[in-house]
Amino acid sequence: MRSVLSFILVFFLAFPLVAQEQKVDRASTGGAQTLEDIMARQKGLSVDDNDRRNSTGGPGSAKGITDQLGTLGGASDPELWRAIRYGSANAQSASNGDLGPVLIQSAGMPWWKFREGPLRTYGGFLLLGTIAALLLFYLGRGRIPVDGGMAGTTITRFKAFERFAHWLLAGSFILLGFTGLLSLFGRAILQPYFGKELNSVVLIASKWVHNNVSWAFMIALVIVFVLWVYHNIPNRTDLVWIKQGGGIFSDAHPPARKFNFGQKIIFWGVIVLGASVSASGLSLLFPFEIPMFAKTFAILNDTGLPQAFGLGTLQTEMSPQQEMQLAQAWHAIVSFVMMAMIIAHIYIGSVGMEGAYSAMGNGEVDEKWAHQHHSIWYDEVKGKVSTKEPAE
Amino acid sequence: MKVMLIGFAATIVIAFAADELLSNSGFSTPEVYSGPAVRLD
Repeated sequence: MRSVLSFILVFFLAFPLVAQEQKVDRASTGGAQTLEDIMARQKGLSVDDNDRRNSTGGPGSAKGITDQLGTLGGASDPELWRAIRYGSANAQSASNGDLGPVLIQSAGMPWWKFREGPLRTYGGFLLLGTIAALLLFYLGRGRIPVDGGMAGTTITRFKAFERFAHWLLAGSFILLGFTGLLSLFGRAILQPYFGKELNSVVLIASKWVHNNVSWAFMIALVIVFVLWVYHNIPNRTDLVWIKQGGGIFSDAHPPARKFNFGQKIIFWGVIVLGASVSASGLSLLFPFEIPMFAKTFAILNDTGLPQAFGLGTLQTEMSPQQEMQLAQAWHAIVSFVMMAMIIAHIYIGSVGMEGAYSAMGNGEVDEKWAHQHHSIWYDEVKGKVSTKEPAE
Repeated sequence: MKVMLIGFAATIVIAFAADELLSNSGFSTPEVYSGPAVRLD
């Protein structure tokens, strides 16, 4: 799944570059930059730099000792600098491991521009758009009521440990969401109004919270998966739910077991995206220790999918810094999708549906609510336990 | 409601425990990014 998601990321990141790349004839300059190259770069277009990238000298191209430049050996100064520029120089560093020899990290600029631009813009619009859509839905549909009113008797829907796991996951996710958004938008939104000092304090605190609360999220994700995976395996009943649109836009009450199809989407979304965001998060928590993208891209290349989409062969050799940049970009993209999904989940579990919140509030739901939304589960439980009168 | 608060409290406890554990296990940034010749304290 990580491979598939990574592919989607690369597709969106790389497609504009592929689409805009211009082939330029550099015969007139002997392979050096042309005016067209410079103009294209100024327009933000991708330029085919293979001539310069590969022109880094070597013993084979060394001039004779008596020729001009012969004493410089196999590579001239410009060739050496080109090798450094494109990361192919045989640089060595006494410290900093694999990071030291990376003297110029070109991929940092596209990543930075992506983070400052499309990531913030589309991510922000996704969240605001989700909230706006829910608001419109609420105005049109209103709060989904329990038909015929509440029964007044309750049935236990979630045990204490299930609710604990849910709130551990929910509490940590909300903290991670807010601190993640602060990290991404703090400089753009907080700093202009509150100054650099306050922004700095807020972001340092956000970083601490984000790094350490992540463990609660990962622990809760595992617990929730173990607790509820059995109840979230798709079955034939889901087809009825899908056919009736879950009763979201009608008064229908499709039959459901403990979780209906809509809840299963939320469950698997949280598990799959949560696992992916945890993987990229661990890569960020332990910088340069858990590189994932070069290997993922190699697997993708073997599947032939990137080539089928016209992306060519994906890059499989990248600097440690580039691995981290891709991890950050992927972490943020997945997080935005998760946040949009969870906003919808929070809506339907609170203001969107009468009687839904108590399932996770005190674990009890009204019998009529249970019968209308989870009829099969209700019948199963009713066959085993008796109902309780609500406390006065 | 009580369980919800316990869940939130556990989030905070786990966060402090993780910080303490990782910091004392050699995963702090200064320890990871400094050589043996650097005195951190």
